[in-house]
Amino acid sequence: MYAVEINSLSKSFGKTKALDSVTFAVERGELFGLIGPDGAGKTTLFRLLTTLLNPDNGSATIDGFDIVKDYHTIRSRVGYMPGRFSLYPDLTVEENLNFFAALFGVTVEESYDLIAPIYSHIEPFRTRRAGKLSGGMKQKLALSCALIHRPSVLFLDEPTTGVDAVSRCEFWDMLSELKTKGITILASTPYMDEASRCDRIALCDKGHILGINTPQDIVNKYDSNLYAINADNMFNLLEASRKATGVIECYPFGESHHLVTNEEFDLNHYKEELGDFKNLTITPTAPTIEDMFIKLMKR
Amino acid sequence: MKRNFLSFVKKESLHILRDKRTMLVVMFIPIVLMILFGFAISTEVNNINIAIVAPNRTDGVTDAVNRLAANEYFTFKGYINQDEIDIQLRSGKVGAVVMFTPDYDKRVAQILEGLPSTPAIQLIVDASNVNTAGAATAYLQSVLLGTASQQSMFETRMLFNPQMKSAYNFVPGLMGFIFILVCAMMTSVSIVREKEVGTMEVLLVSPVRPVKIIFAKMIPYFVISCIVLTIILLLAHFLLDVPMSGGIGGIVTISLIYLALSLSLGLFISTITSTQVAALLISAVVLMMPILMFSGLLFPIENLPKFFQVVSNIVPARWYIDATRKLMIQGVSILAVWKECIILLGMTIMLLVVSLKKFNDKLE
Repeated sequence: MYAVEINSLSKSFGKTKALDSVTFAVERGELFGLIGPDGAGKTTLFRLLTTLLNPDNGSATIDGFDIVKDYHTIRSRVGYMPGRFSLYPDLTVEENLNFFAALFGVTVEESYDLIAPIYSHIEPFRTRRAGKLSGGMKQKLALSCALIHRPSVLFLDEPTTGVDAVSRCEFWDMLSELKTKGITILASTPYMDEASRCDRIALCDKGHILGINTPQDIVNKYDSNLYAINADNMFNLLEASRKATGVIECYPFGESHHLVTNEEFDLNHYKEELGDFKNLTITPTAPTIEDMFIKLMKR
Repeated sequence: MKRNFLSFVKKESLHILRDKRTMLVVMFIPIVLMILFGFAISTEVNNINIAIVAPNRTDGVTDAVNRLAANEYFTFKGYINQDEIDIQLRSGKVGAVVMFTPDYDKRVAQILEGLPSTPAIQLIVDASNVNTAGAATAYLQSVLLGTASQQSMFETRMLFNPQMKSAYNFVPGLMGFIFILVCAMMTSVSIVREKEVGTMEVLLVSPVRPVKIIFAKMIPYFVISCIVLTIILLLAHFLLDVPMSGGIGGIVTISLIYLALSLSLGLFISTITSTQVAALLISAVVLMMPILMFSGLLFPIENLPKFFQVVSNIVPARWYIDATRKLMIQGVSILAVWKECIILLGMTIMLLVVSLKKFNDKLE
């Protein structure tokens, strides 16, 4: 039995199709990532799976329980951390944790071993109001609260949005550790660089799943040549490259532009076509998940 | 399960205790209003400046003037000439002028003998404030009648509130107003806040039925309301001398019913709104306005147009204020207001049923 099994799930809000016939399954003990930009339908999918919304079409089960019929059972089995900070800012760290423990009918002591690796970071601030914590600490507290009842499946909706780079990295380390304790984790993120921390990822956009695979396989399936190009005048370089022969796509990527090419592409011919660019460098580069995402999105 | 219910109550109390400004408002508004209405703002007519026009200051006239001057409602500003009346009233120096006819004594004698006569006194009153003018005329007449005629057709006795103290009238009204404010407005806002901030989402994804959390929310507000009730009753009795002759038990009983009703109203508002501003607006417009206008707090219900008299029947505060006035001032027992009690109970049950049915444990 899969931990999460989703079968052509659809949900619309008015005329907008937030989710369009989504199907996939998550293995028990897997760290599964939903990667996609804002408006991809990630939050809607999480709300459906946590039984906060009812689907228009299709079905889904969590640990074998139906999200519509058995929603009360599911609510006590899963842990949910919404995208927005959803704790009480006027209560202290400790009071928040105690409240959520009571909500699930457990005590903090009973679950301390599970939350300790996360909670120990914020325990020195336990008398501080949650609203006065930094972004990273808020996320740790929210995760501790979501874990307090030892959920079998954990849903994390954009847990690292608004968190600094170091804390984001720490956060994913914690998730990897939780995975070893047998908790199935579904996390969504708009950051492509976080995708490599997942066992498997689903790329999604505008309510559709574009592809599901391990981060490595997703990258391996990339079948075009890719170059990173740089020059002094980056804007004109982008414009000129897009017009060149054999170029499928050119887009800004960090400090360079990524150039996707087909078999017609010839490096020397391309340089001629570009004309005069100061400090022009063209180096072949390995594709990333983001390159794959852009490619899938254009299709 | 009892343990976690208590921890919900504790969490809710912490929210309230940490929001010092709101606490202050809730505790101080009743006290401030009581003191304001009790001493500063009153509908009693006091200190009306009067001037006298008396061409012949006979013994009869002096006697009447002395009576007026001795009365605490009037301040005697002196004698003026007939041609000064207009200036004095216009400048606002006096609120009323009492004009004795030159042959006052003769006319009074005729009236006393039952002979036909023209009026002996003319009252000229500044009616730019209708309430003051009405009250002033009534007071003046009653004081002057004592001198002019020993054999009046009427003998008036003001029962229950012989001094016509307005405090007696407003204390029940104020209670009807304050409890709605504390219970309905504050509970609805605090429930809706969880929706708006997003904590409701987390609360829903838990084994606890949200209804339970909501009942836990009501308890601290109920306690606050009970404290406010105690403060109001103590102030009313010891500071404003409201009699409470019917016994405290009846007043407390009907107040508790009314508190339950207000809490249910708050719950109902929270089921139909999703933002704090909307909840506040609904509480203010849908609850406060009718309570101020149609409950007998500001205007007697009998004075309202027929249509609004009918509307007032669905305003819970109307029944509560009505019953509390009877209990506090007429001193009847709770049995005498059974009808009001039943109506308030019925409204409470109806609101509870509707809002529990409407309460959604999903996000849409």
